[in-house]
Amino acid sequence: MSVLDKKLLRDVKRLWAQALAIAMVMAAGVATLILGVGAYRSLDETRSAYYERYNFGDIFATVRRAPEGLKQRILEIPGVSAAETRIVKFALLDIEGMAEPATGMAMSIPDYRQANLNRRYLRSGRFPEPDSTGEVTVNENFALAHGFGIGSTFKAVLNGNKRTLSIVGIALSPEFIYAVGPGDLIPDPRRFGIMWMSENALAAIFDLEGAFNSVVVKLLRKTDQAEAIKQLDDILERYGGTGAYGRKDQLSHAFLDAELKGLAAMSRVTPPIFLLVSAFLINMTLSRLIALEREQIGLLKAIGYRRLTIGMHYIKLILIISAVGIVIGSVAGTWLGQGLTILYADFFHFPFLIFRRNPDLYVIAAAISGAAAVAGGVRAVYHALTLPPAVAMSPPAPTQYAHLGIERLASLKIYSHLTMMALRHTLRWPVRSGLTILGISLSGAVLIMALFTLDSIEFMIDTIFFQSDRQDATLNFNDERPIRIMQAVQQLPGVLTAEPYRTVAVRIHNGHLNRKLTITGKPPDTDLSRVLDLELRPVTLPETGLVLSEKVAQILKARRGDLVWVEVLEGRRGLKRVPVTEISQSYLGLSVFMNLDALNKMLEESPLVSGAHISYDDARTDALYKEIKRTPEISGIAIQSASLAKFRETVAKNIYIMTTVYIGLSLIIAFGVVYNSARIQLSERAREFASLRVLGFTRGEVSRVLLTELGLLVALSIPLGWLIGYGFAWAVIRGFENDLYRVPFIIENGTYATASFIVLASAAISAAIVRRRIDRLDMVRALKTRE
Amino acid sequence: MAATRKQTRSRAAPDVMFKVEGLTKVYRTGELDIHALSGVDLTLYEGELAVLLGPSGSGKSTLLNILGGLDTATAGHAWFRGDEITALSERELTQFRRNHVGFVFQFYNLIPSLSARENVALVTEISTNPMAPDEALELVGLDHRLDHFPAQLSGGEQQRVAIARAIAKRPEVLLCDEPTGALDSKTGVRVLETLTSVNEELGTTTAIITHNAAIKDIAHRVFYFSDGRITKTDVNKRRVTPDKVHW
Repeated sequence: MSVLDKKLLRDVKRLWAQALAIAMVMAAGVATLILGVGAYRSLDETRSAYYERYNFGDIFATVRRAPEGLKQRILEIPGVSAAETRIVKFALLDIEGMAEPATGMAMSIPDYRQANLNRRYLRSGRFPEPDSTGEVTVNENFALAHGFGIGSTFKAVLNGNKRTLSIVGIALSPEFIYAVGPGDLIPDPRRFGIMWMSENALAAIFDLEGAFNSVVVKLLRKTDQAEAIKQLDDILERYGGTGAYGRKDQLSHAFLDAELKGLAAMSRVTPPIFLLVSAFLINMTLSRLIALEREQIGLLKAIGYRRLTIGMHYIKLILIISAVGIVIGSVAGTWLGQGLTILYADFFHFPFLIFRRNPDLYVIAAAISGAAAVAGGVRAVYHALTLPPAVAMSPPAPTQYAHLGIERLASLKIYSHLTMMALRHTLRWPVRSGLTILGISLSGAVLIMALFTLDSIEFMIDTIFFQSDRQDATLNFNDERPIRIMQAVQQLPGVLTAEPYRTVAVRIHNGHLNRKLTITGKPPDTDLSRVLDLELRPVTLPETGLVLSEKVAQILKARRGDLVWVEVLEGRRGLKRVPVTEISQSYLGLSVFMNLDALNKMLEESPLVSGAHISYDDARTDALYKEIKRTPEISGIAIQSASLAKFRETVAKNIYIMTTVYIGLSLIIAFGVVYNSARIQLSERAREFASLRVLGFTRGEVSRVLLTELGLLVALSIPLGWLIGYGFAWAVIRGFENDLYRVPFIIENGTYATASFIVLASAAISAAIVRRRIDRLDMVRALKTRE
Repeated sequence: MAATRKQTRSRAAPDVMFKVEGLTKVYRTGELDIHALSGVDLTLYEGELAVLLGPSGSGKSTLLNILGGLDTATAGHAWFRGDEITALSERELTQFRRNHVGFVFQFYNLIPSLSARENVALVTEISTNPMAPDEALELVGLDHRLDHFPAQLSGGEQQRVAIARAIAKRPEVLLCDEPTGALDSKTGVRVLETLTSVNEELGTTTAIITHNAAIKDIAHRVFYFSDGRITKTDVNKRRVTPDKVHW
């Protein structure tokens, strides 16, 4: 080993704390890239493979009742490669040990043949025997939530009759990766399950022999989906088709897609930020670290080492630090990425998981970090190498300082000369000080970016559950019912208030833009389920016209006062010209509201309702649930408190973990920036501080100079961090936006405060560590050694 | 101690400023023990100007550092006006330096971000009975460079600012470690003149370390150092003024 290499190893040993701090920041940058992008790619790949292997359909449609013979016509649509007709019905479930009713989706599977599309992955057991009305295969989450195994039984109200169903198999389906029940926000497998049953059996139960009410279609590649949907709609129209839709609008796919897009957005926005911060930090610290080696570089040159040799010596130092950072970051990133993938996979329940190895990511992360490090070091090495050895070896001339113009205030004793030292030093190096401020502010900004999602979600929860949908539960009827059913609802035990609603499938056209949606009709002045305007004030639904949610208005480019076409996709159908009378706020789905009377009038029907929002007396819950389970007209119930609890639980699982990871990473950055700049300051100014100690200044007083400077930089970084954090958060929110939900952009003051507090705390810790070094400053040696 | 000083001033015979007995300093570096000082005995009197002469590594700087409260002894004792400085805690040593000792170093050690006046004021701010910074700078002949920063001053000027900074608090002792080491002869003489005039006008006990034998003639007494010991002490019958010194 050459002497220079020995020196290198000893330098690394000597600088280990600083080197590790730099390497850790670098690791944070590398880890975020590998973590975020890696998890996204693994899940995306898993989803694609799942869809592929289990033949997930491209187009979905529901009808009231269509003859089986129609299947042939559907297969004749150009571009259609396969079609599967089936029966899908909701059923109220009565499960032992569960007071509230659950909702089940009964779905037929072909008897005597393998399904063509949306095949199920059988986890255990088997599929029901043909024609068996008492056997079901259920989805895995539902079974897990209830502790069901093969042979377990539960009761279901199928077409008004309560039946005991026996579980013969447990399965997964690409159609229900994200199985969310009607009226729910988040999957709650306890309250919503999928029941696959024999086609013949279901047809018999629901009087649908030789008929179907749901169809899935697979298209050949490169087929025009819109055209196929149109042709399918034409075929299904007279059978009560409510409009076919593509995979993009399939609930499970859309939710999964939204989640993956959110993850992708997070991994697009955050790793570049972390890589940028770490690159900048490495550049700053390494260049200053090497500037401190000036004398040694001069000496090596004087002895006769060539520039290249000396240059390589320092480049090696940088590469060692980078290698440590890249290795730590890669290991941590891979580990966290797998953890995150598993977390998501658990939530979504895939039958298998594909971990994408991403050599490109490691190369990219290593290249960016390594290049930033080398660039930072090379600048300083080059600068030292260009000096003649004699000059390099002699101490640099004292730095030029300037008067600040506030010196005349000295007589006022509002600041000491120690403060003046700190101020002048900070201002003497505006670029360096500015970069340090920027570095610290970025760590604050990253924290805000990590923390604000909780604010936004809390705000969303408050708006949805406490401002807008304030009902205790929502009842879904198994069919449209005359409005007089509300009297019966009102009579249910414990019910205090009941508000009807009606949903109608429509397609709204504005110019060349159109969108398939559901209009929800409600009484004008509801108290439980309210429509809120853009300022979140309750809206009285006008006697005519539509209230479009902001997102729908945006999609259709419709404004208040515009006339749009409403194409009704149910009942008598028809095309109506309706004005947009109000724009409402809505964080969930694509909602359109209408006055219930106006809706019924528009449909030219006698008043019908699809369900009811109710509030009830908590003391009579059991009696109410018991009664609901006995009521054949009710096909499902969504309980707000259960939804909210599930929502919070899910948010807690996904967001808190992600947030914790990011907070950890930001801490590393904050600590890395402050610690490194303080340490380097200390090395650069050891002589100055030793002089002060010799002059009789106490350790505390000497530390004050450095701490004042640090304090000043940290203080200035805080408002900048808020500003940058606001920008980062905005970028993240934009990435999250989709048709299913929009996260409001809310940053509470508390979040700014928390972020700043964390930055201040990590600054204080690093300052305390550096302070200890000031205490141990060897006065004699610092004064003897030349700079 | 300020009170004691006033009392002792009026006496005819000079008071003892420093008394050192068997002072030993051992640096342990790995397996090797380096005896920087091996049992030094010495007495310095008030108002005295002493030169400590010897090759590098002979122990003179170590002695000065211990006397100035910058370093601690391994064995032996040192007293300052009857107070044992070898028994002081870190905090008390800081107070000792702050109140009684002025230092001048070979490399000036000025704070680059403070002007000449501010470098001096840095010390006067924390002293109990300082002179005005301008006065201290006038004493070293720099009253025309008050607002210059170290970078704008020559080496000799920087060293004189350092001396002004050291004397501004009216220290009882001034300890100078190679004060002319980094200076050319002409500038060095100017610095020595400053030191002798401070010694005469303020009565500050002054100890100057040097390995430049030419300087010894300006002292009252000269201590010769070798291998951590004082090998010889000379009393100058006839002192010369610095302008007669050449090297």
